[in-house]
Amino acid sequence: MISPKLVEVGRHLNINIITNSEIKTVEGEPGNFTVTLSNHPRYIDPVKCTGCGECAKHCPVTAVNRYNKGLDDRRATFIEYPQAVPLAFGIDTDTCIGCGLCENVCIARAIQYDETERESRVTVGSIILAPGSMGYDPSKLDFWGYGKYANVLTSEEFERILSASGPYFGHLSRPLDREEPKKIAWIQCVGSRDTNRCGNGYCSSVCCMYAIKEAMIAKEHAHGELDCAIFNMDIRSFGKDYEKYYLRAKDKDGVRFLKARIHTITEIPETGDLQVWYIDETGQRQDEIFSMVVLSVGLQIPENVADVARNLGVELNKYRFVETGPFTPVETSRPGIFTCGVFQGPKDIPSSVTEASAAACLAGADLAVSRGMDTPTVQVTEQQDVSGESPRIGVFVCNCGINIGGIVDVPAVQNYSATLPNVVYTDQNLFTCSQDTQDKIKEKIIEHKLNRVVVASCSPKTHEQMFMETLEACGLNRYLFEMANIRNQNSWIHSKTPAIATQKAKDLVRMAVARASTLRPLAEKVISVNKQALVIGGGVAGMNAALGLAKQAFRVFLLEKETELGGLSRKLHHTIEGGDIQAYLKQLVADVRKNELIDVVTGARVTNFSGYKGNFKTDVVAGPANTKLTIEHGVIIVATGANEYIPTEYLYGQDPRVVTQLQLGDRLEEIGVSDLSTVVMIQCVGSRNSTNENCSRICCQNAIKNALIIKKADPAIQVYILYRDIRTYGLMEDYYTEARNLGVIFIRFDETNPPEVKSTPEGLIVSVTDHILRMPLEIQTELLALSAGVTAADTGSLCGIMKFNRNPEGFFIEAHVKLRPVDMPGDGIFLCGTAHAPKLISETIAQAQAAASRATTFLSKSEIKLSAITAKVDTEHCVKCLTCVRSCPFGVPVFNTEKQIIEIDEATCHGCGVCAAICPRRTIQLSFYEDDQLNCKIDALLAGGM
Amino acid sequence: MRLDYPANVKIIRVPCTGKVDVLHLMRAIQRGADGVYVVGCLEGSCHYKEGNLRARERVMHVQQLLQEIGLEGDRVRMYNLSSGEGPTFAAYAREMTEHIKALGPNPLKKWATA
Repeated sequence: MISPKLVEVGRHLNINIITNSEIKTVEGEPGNFTVTLSNHPRYIDPVKCTGCGECAKHCPVTAVNRYNKGLDDRRATFIEYPQAVPLAFGIDTDTCIGCGLCENVCIARAIQYDETERESRVTVGSIILAPGSMGYDPSKLDFWGYGKYANVLTSEEFERILSASGPYFGHLSRPLDREEPKKIAWIQCVGSRDTNRCGNGYCSSVCCMYAIKEAMIAKEHAHGELDCAIFNMDIRSFGKDYEKYYLRAKDKDGVRFLKARIHTITEIPETGDLQVWYIDETGQRQDEIFSMVVLSVGLQIPENVADVARNLGVELNKYRFVETGPFTPVETSRPGIFTCGVFQGPKDIPSSVTEASAAACLAGADLAVSRGMDTPTVQVTEQQDVSGESPRIGVFVCNCGINIGGIVDVPAVQNYSATLPNVVYTDQNLFTCSQDTQDKIKEKIIEHKLNRVVVASCSPKTHEQMFMETLEACGLNRYLFEMANIRNQNSWIHSKTPAIATQKAKDLVRMAVARASTLRPLAEKVISVNKQALVIGGGVAGMNAALGLAKQAFRVFLLEKETELGGLSRKLHHTIEGGDIQAYLKQLVADVRKNELIDVVTGARVTNFSGYKGNFKTDVVAGPANTKLTIEHGVIIVATGANEYIPTEYLYGQDPRVVTQLQLGDRLEEIGVSDLSTVVMIQCVGSRNSTNENCSRICCQNAIKNALIIKKADPAIQVYILYRDIRTYGLMEDYYTEARNLGVIFIRFDETNPPEVKSTPEGLIVSVTDHILRMPLEIQTELLALSAGVTAADTGSLCGIMKFNRNPEGFFIEAHVKLRPVDMPGDGIFLCGTAHAPKLISETIAQAQAAASRATTFLSKSEIKLSAITAKVDTEHCVKCLTCVRSCPFGVPVFNTEKQIIEIDEATCHGCGVCAAICPRRTIQLSFYEDDQLNCKIDALLAGGM
Repeated sequence: MRLDYPANVKIIRVPCTGKVDVLHLMRAIQRGADGVYVVGCLEGSCHYKEGNLRARERVMHVQQLLQEIGLEGDRVRMYNLSSGEGPTFAAYAREMTEHIKALGPNPLKKWATA
């Protein structure tokens, strides 16, 4: 997944990659910094190195492969991993014996033994710190047996074991004897949530999900039954749709989840198996034998990384993460220096990618005045005319490590493809998407005069564009390209039946080759971009997105359906860190209102929508007088927000003593706590149940926030929180610890045995079975706060008009969960805030800034290329029956009364193909999906027999 | 998601199910496919407004045509799901496969010309 990103960064004209270097000093101010770097010697010139690997092949020295976490060896001349960018080797001088062999074999003359440490300077306007983190080193804690027993691994090591490019080539085996394990235990919170010996009080946020993922993948890789057990305190599957994955692992794939902290692991010397000792929930001492133990190590900022930040004058918190504010999530204490990713706080990939865009937004705002001044221009390779030539097809079959090659017989597929019509060249690659393979493809296109290319690998959704660019770079039209998806649609889903998967791969390649023969070069129309933006939703997300764009000097129309800006945040008081939300909101509204580039439209309702990326047109009815206005804009940011679930459970609405957390927040603000002696809270109301499987992410911290306010106001008040898993991820774990220290009582209940609430004149009686005492308890209380989940805003009519995709829960779907978390599937449309999924206010702000940044990538261009996939009319044979005019859902085909022909505007054509399918004379063809280009696939498929 | 579904299902990509022509469906049956199904967006949430509704009509039309010539109309079907519903996709693939297995091979297969 990261490979296309690496390639994209590597080939981006405006990204200058400086590897093997460290920041020494930063001088200057926002907009004009001078950064002094120390460039460590690599001993191989990355410009000359072709990445051929001859040096490593001849190197006689064996060194520990740190990339594979020391589980295998590499040479002293090495490259970290095959997809590395830049693809250049280096020499590890700690192990190099200076024999000179590599210099002798290097044809490119790239070896430079005498290279020394250098110093260099760059001038920049903004700085983003994204040094990432390292896994916790568990060898300091002897009771885990790590470093002592071969089969106790960290999750990072296990990740390498599962990897196709890892030490065991993706075969599930344990280090001691390379046997396939039958039983694996994961131990959670190693180096996280532990103030006892390791000192990391925070939750690392990602370990629950990666442990579940590792268990699921291990089960897939196993040849027989594999028993996976995850020992945990709480399962924290709080991300979008993560709960569904957890449920699948638990209920369908049989991953066992045990609530226990392990106190000791011992090895059984005869077998290398591991005995895991723990106390179960009934208080009984238990032990179980596993063939392998994986320690789910937390994320930690290394001391040397922290030192770099401190040198720059960037403040860090006690856990060495960057100190940021709840309303300024990616800003460091030094103006002009921003941060993102785990250095900001523990987080997963989608949040890191989102934050990265947010940091880019703020960094870009400081540079807005000088945009485009220091950027190179694109060199366009002239296209060769292949129209007269008969097809010469090259087929590149991908192994995708062992993702494909481990299941499908790739050599057989390659040989088979060579027998297909018009195929003149075939090849197979370890990773077809890697930078070196792109160069190889270009070489082969030229060498064999290929005029069509087929790549049999993964999904065109993620990789088609990249391969098309490769074609373009050597003068071949990008539409002379076809993919056969032999991974996602084949090896991944037929992994249990390799012979069938190989046959299907051949079928898919045959279909792709047949289609490739029919492909024709297509021209893409270039259009101008309207530099205005439309932001839908005037809450914290929408306002931050609008400000983000305005700071980049773009005009914004901000639509709000209510009469006032603010959205749900108007009902919120403080963040868990103590940030004053109302003060923030007041300032934010004022900033938006006074910004000359932002037009706020309140009481707004979208009535009509048309256009395409770069040139949208939206009709809006606004205000008490139903004023009509039409907005022309180049991009859209959707920030429609969410609501608190209105409970039907636990006597809510029937007894006034039952309130939601938001109502409790109001009460604490308005009345205080003086009349209270006991407060009970129930978690997961309207979340993690059969109607809404998802976790609402924010309710655990919300409950703890309110509990802390109560306890701090009056420690004598008893506060009970009835929960299923406490999900105070990241640094919020400290507040959970604080709440426990202050005497808040946490009682875990099972989903199948939820609490019951009775209303009596003396008070509410809440009955629950205590998980430690294993006895039913009755708590009498005068106030019951329900942690009601988050429900999506009602966007039915908006989506009816604007055609946005929502998931079954009503939240908008992003283009790619990890790679494009703030993009919507439609070009030029972006997404932020709780309209995407439940999230905290700080996360909402980061995502809004990210959406503004992504929108800026669009608005900063003066023109964009349109898709060439549009409908074309053969006016000579058209009988002007007007069926297309009547059928087009967008009203694109028109009858030109003057010329007496049907015209289809390629800028407004959406390329759906409805007209092509309905034309009774078949005089309309959709480019790239012409009838022949589909029929040949049907024919090729069925030619093989089914 | 790597959800398992039967290998006899092969996918032909179209920009929208509204692009799927009666002729494409008939051609597949004529060439010996045992079954063909069209998978579109949920009704009411077509990315291109109404392509999936047109596809449904065309599928129904093909079903009628097949019945008229003595074949089971049900060899051609329409399914709808959202792009976020991988498990449903796999379930439909299994359902269609089971259904076609119950119907037996396409009788046109022996005459099918590749």
